[in-house]
Amino acid sequence: MTRRRPGMLVGVTVVAALAAGVAPWLPSYPLTLLTQAMIVAILAMSLDVLLGFTGLPSLGHAAYFGVAAYAVAILTTERQSGFVLCLIAGIVTAAVTAALFGLIAIRATGTYFLMITLALGMVVWGLAFRWVSLTKGDNGISGVPRPDLGLPWSLWGPLPFFYFSLACALVAILLLGLIVASPFGMSLKGIRESESRMRILGYNVWLHKYLAFIIAGTFAGFSGVLWAYYNGFVSPVDVQLVTSVEALLMVALGGPGTLLGPAAGAAIIVFLKNFVSVYTKRWLLILGAVYIGVILFAPRGLAGAFHRRSS
Amino acid sequence: MAEDQHALALNGVSKAFGGLRAVDAVTLAVRPGERRALIGPNGAGKTTLFNLISGELPVTSGSIRLFGRDVTGVAAHRRAALGLARTFQITNLFRTLTVLENCLLAVQALESTKFVMLRPLGRYRGLADRARAALGSVGLGDRAGTEVRHLSHGEQRQLEIALALAGRPRVLLLDEPCAGLSPAESHMMADLLRRLDPAITVLIIEHDMDIALEIAHHVTVLHYGRVIADGLRDEVKANPLVREIYLGA
Ligand SMILES: Nc1ncnc2c1ncn2[C@@H]1O[C@H](COP(=O)(O)OP(=O)(O)OP(=O)(O)O)[C@@H](O)[C@H]1O
Ligand SMILES: [Mg+2]
Repeated sequence: MTRRRPGMLVGVTVVAALAAGVAPWLPSYPLTLLTQAMIVAILAMSLDVLLGFTGLPSLGHAAYFGVAAYAVAILTTERQSGFVLCLIAGIVTAAVTAALFGLIAIRATGTYFLMITLALGMVVWGLAFRWVSLTKGDNGISGVPRPDLGLPWSLWGPLPFFYFSLACALVAILLLGLIVASPFGMSLKGIRESESRMRILGYNVWLHKYLAFIIAGTFAGFSGVLWAYYNGFVSPVDVQLVTSVEALLMVALGGPGTLLGPAAGAAIIVFLKNFVSVYTKRWLLILGAVYIGVILFAPRGLAGAFHRRSS
Repeated sequence: MAEDQHALALNGVSKAFGGLRAVDAVTLAVRPGERRALIGPNGAGKTTLFNLISGELPVTSGSIRLFGRDVTGVAAHRRAALGLARTFQITNLFRTLTVLENCLLAVQALESTKFVMLRPLGRYRGLADRARAALGSVGLGDRAGTEVRHLSHGEQRQLEIALALAGRPRVLLLDEPCAGLSPAESHMMADLLRRLDPAITVLIIEHDMDIALEIAHHVTVLHYGRVIADGLRDEVKANPLVREIYLGA
């Protein structure tokens, strides 16, 4: 804990400074991908709070990401709502959804938890698909405008929006980093290692898991808000199972329980996905292959593999 | 002595696993500060009884009182808050965390600090001091930074004790603290247990009779889930039934 933190802060600063420095010289396509990576990194890190720190494998994390994105899309297109309102509404929608779903999911453990979060994710997908009057169903909601923050630079430009996303990702890293290093964060690691020991020590294990579930949902919502603005378009694709699976893979690939590993995993998956789809439509096949590769060769993710080599 | 003056009082406590009555109508009372040994052959129901007392398992029937308070239906973590702590027969620690982090988890368990989310745990000097003190008291002071999975078995058993003591319990349940230890390590463990604060009520399950009787003056013998003898150690040792089934004499 205390050993790794200074290194972590330095690492984040260096990577962020590097990204900020090279961004103006990047062509717009890679810059757009980098922006996407920043936003999705927040989703991956939020899932890491559950999977990596608490040991809860959620297979429905796109739900919280998606409801927030939908909230922003609906508010901006129907009501022309401003950024602050959309940000709050998106995050609160995600948090409330997580608070409701958590009541159902947290009682279960292991595979049952996986199945229940999967089912709850499907519920949200079904709503996105069927509740046409609100979500425009399969067509999705297009025309989400970029936010106006009252800055001299318009966020319609790829570079300003990249800096905006980078700043948001840094805020998320800072807050999540603080949470996992806090006494509460330590309690999550304890639950991951031994629930029975935690109960005997005096922890209300259910409550701690429930709070973790809501925190993870909230940050997934933050990511979803940014996604709606980034993409300008929200559809059932954003809440479908594949999105949840991709998020899970980002965490597994980067290294569960390391926060920055999953962020790196997010970047890798984003670039891989866009690169691969130039050549083939079989993205899911590649995704599966990567997953099997990770399980076989780096069960603790890239961060784990790296850590082992350096120690 | 009135029942509500006991540290721990069980009344007709039973636990059935399907057709098997692992614990069968156990009634016993332990005074505050008492050292009580719980002995009996393998499968007698000793660990199950601990699981019932600590709240890991619900009772099938009967009632459990802690300092006069009925805790029969109370959740395990609330019993801990009432001053109950235990160790596990099969080592149950946070394996990928350091020894100090294990102890910090134990120290903050009964403090509201455990819900603090936006301040690093490292800032809480008081918690760290208490955790180090608990480690020092079991002789693990110099292992604070080691991950638990790299500890020897003996050190893990010591940490089990440290975690149980870190919450400053009033009643301590020890489930075979010497399990798997070498004779020398067992001896050190027995020393450690003898030095425990005399105010703490201790219930100890121990297969090694010498160690059990060295620590406890009062002995309860369990056989097939039932209490077959209960009394001072010399009485129990002399009990022909106990000699037959437990001491194999
Ligand atoms: N969760 C459970 N489900 C079913 N049966 C159980 C369970 N726990 C214990 N038992 C059974 O209950 C009986 C008592 O087991 P217990 O572990 O309490 O014995 P013990 O006295 O602690 O033995 P040992 O000295 O070997 O530790 C055994 O027959 C055991 O198989
Ligand atoms: Mg046992």
